[in-house]
Amino acid sequence: MAVFASLADKLQETFKKLRAKGKLTEADVNTAVREIRLALLEADVNFKVVKDFINRVKERAVGQEVMRSLTPGQQVVKIVHEELTALMGGSESKINWASQPPTVIMLVGLQGAGKTTTAAKLARLVQNQGRRPLLVAADVYRPAAIKQLQVLGEQLKVPVFSMGEGNSPVDIARAAVEHARKFGSNPVILDTAGRLHINEAMMAELAAIKEAVNPQEILLVVDAMTGQDAVQVASAFHQQLGLTGVILTKLDGDTRGGAALSVRAVTGCPIKFTGVGEKTEALETFHPDRLASRILGMGDVLSLIEKA
Amino acid sequence: MSLFSKLKEGLNKTRQNLTQRLGALLAGSSRLDDDFFDELEEILLTADVGARTSMELVERLRREIKDRKITDPAAVGSLLEEEVARMLGEEAPRLSWAPSPPTVILVVGVNGAGKTTTIGKLAYQLGREGKKVILAAADTFRAAAGEQLAIWAGRAGASLIRHQAGADPAAVVYDAIQSARNRRADVVLVDTAGRLQTKTNLMEELKKIRRVMERELPGAPHEVLLVLDATTGQNALSQARLFSEAVGVTGIVLTKLDGTAKGGVVLAIAAEMGIPVKLVGLGEGLDDLKEFQPREFAAALFSGLAGEKEE
Ligand SMILES: Nc1nc2c(ncn2[C@@H]2O[C@H](COP(=O)(O)OP(=O)(O)OP(=O)(O)O)[C@@H](O)[C@H]2O)c(=O)[nH]1
Ligand SMILES: Nc1nc2c(ncn2[C@@H]2O[C@H](COP(=O)(O)OP(=O)(O)OP(=O)(O)O)[C@@H](O)[C@H]2O)c(=O)[nH]1
Ligand SMILES: [Mg+2]
Ligand SMILES: [Mg+2]
Repeated sequence: MAVFASLADKLQETFKKLRAKGKLTEADVNTAVREIRLALLEADVNFKVVKDFINRVKERAVGQEVMRSLTPGQQVVKIVHEELTALMGGSESKINWASQPPTVIMLVGLQGAGKTTTAAKLARLVQNQGRRPLLVAADVYRPAAIKQLQVLGEQLKVPVFSMGEGNSPVDIARAAVEHARKFGSNPVILDTAGRLHINEAMMAELAAIKEAVNPQEILLVVDAMTGQDAVQVASAFHQQLGLTGVILTKLDGDTRGGAALSVRAVTGCPIKFTGVGEKTEALETFHPDRLASRILGMGDVLSLIEKA
Repeated sequence: MSLFSKLKEGLNKTRQNLTQRLGALLAGSSRLDDDFFDELEEILLTADVGARTSMELVERLRREIKDRKITDPAAVGSLLEEEVARMLGEEAPRLSWAPSPPTVILVVGVNGAGKTTTIGKLAYQLGREGKKVILAAADTFRAAAGEQLAIWAGRAGASLIRHQAGADPAAVVYDAIQSARNRRADVVLVDTAGRLQTKTNLMEELKKIRRVMERELPGAPHEVLLVLDATTGQNALSQARLFSEAVGVTGIVLTKLDGTAKGGVVLAIAAEMGIPVKLVGLGEGLDDLKEFQPREFAAALFSGLAGEKEE
């Protein structure tokens, strides 16, 4: 990690040496591009995404702006940072509300990604906006999944709709929306069981829930530590459900979070929120520029760019 | 079902992608040129092996190929398998047991990796071997963590030591060890709360748990298992490093290998830190925990190459 913590320094160093020669060539830029490639791969950006990205950066880097610059190292860092930020899309931490309440928000994802915790976090968020959310325990498989949601609901004083483990998640979801309509709850937040994207029966179950309750939001909850497989996972969920957004969890650690880029590239869906802790208040809006700096391992990148 | 076929089943999707690509690469290449090695590196990258380890592996392969004067791309498959197995260690690593019972196994890892489930599966297996198992619910933090472990204890037929939510986890461990002594149990499996490895206070809590074990039972813990989600990318290296520094990891459990993730980052961990993978998780059921076999793992990953027969 430490090796890549200083990509900015490394690039500056590379260019300093090169500049001693008098002028920069395309081969010089290639050296820098190799460093960038390595840094992105170590940050878990999917290698295909890296490939495309590198080509784009190279095009700009061999152009006038870098070649003529007095600070080519910083120029390249700036270009990389800009391109990364652009790739991740704008900040869009908004929930799509239904014109007719209740709005249904469905959380999906792999096992252990953070769906149940995130459901509670979202409930708290909208509760603070003065709404009356309903949490729905539609995971009938994981041991104590219902209890987990109930404990979280109790902490927040948010009602939890559950029908035990004996009913199908589709029936639970349908009944929950009925219940919300009757009692004026809004939004309805569905916690679903974790599942593998290759498990056809389990994926079909999600499609059936979607069919039954027509959610405004289908959010893929993704662990920020995910590696190259993020691409497979995200595309499978997107293909079968049509996602409306992504929530990136566990960003409170030291992961670079390059998977975010992959997921965004594959689905084109906005990253709506990030999870930054286990407590229910640890939900933040997404900042593409900050994640770009993080992926590059450069906390000080912004100050560097200002100088460039 | 044999471990190999189960593992292969679990790795099926994985292997298809990887193998298809390698197969196409081997069939399509007539020469072992730079393009060939670039492509090979890409295949390793897709498996989360990581940039540095992939480059190292490809370098080593290049050298071997030169030394052994190999010119046929198709021979590279078995060579690659050999190298991977060597990196992971030749022997299938076993769990360590106390010279006299109880054996204490501490299970740690980041949030959601599969600790509690792994403990449930392991308790079931050990129980079937006739061992008396106690589960210690030292995750007193996460909502319904105790209830979850209680359900697994019921399934596995193991006893459970549990305090109320929010209690001191070290106190739970203390109780579990006393209870193991009194009831002459064979194994104590300690479930801890998930924690990100960078959270100093939570890592201190783990150290305290370890100290209590050492004090109450000389020689304990006999095994410290780090549970890694196979879907995890390069952050797994930081996990291995920091959990090792805090509590001395003796083995890795690689979970969720039934997906399409390859778990290739364990290669980097083996290369850098020499921590062996001991168990693999291949599903959510009681039977879905298997011993890790380096050769079979490598073979399952690369089988179909070099004319090897599919079973
Ligand atoms: N540090 C940290 N932990 C998190 C975050 N989000 C969730 N967690 C933890 O991750 C673990 C798994 O979270 P859950 O909410 O149970 O995940 P899930 O997706 O519902 O899991 P399944 O239902 O088993 O598929 C728990 O220990 C959570 O406390 C986060 O943003 N940061
Ligand atoms: N497909 C699959 N799922 C698994 C495997 N191991 C665990 N899981 C699932 O992953 C999710 C998280 O597992 P847990 O055992 O709760 O993980 P944990 O590490 O104890 O989580 P925290 O205590 O919240 O940190 C659950 O939904 C499990 O059923 C595995 O080998 N394969
Ligand atoms: Mg859940
Ligand atoms: Mg647990």
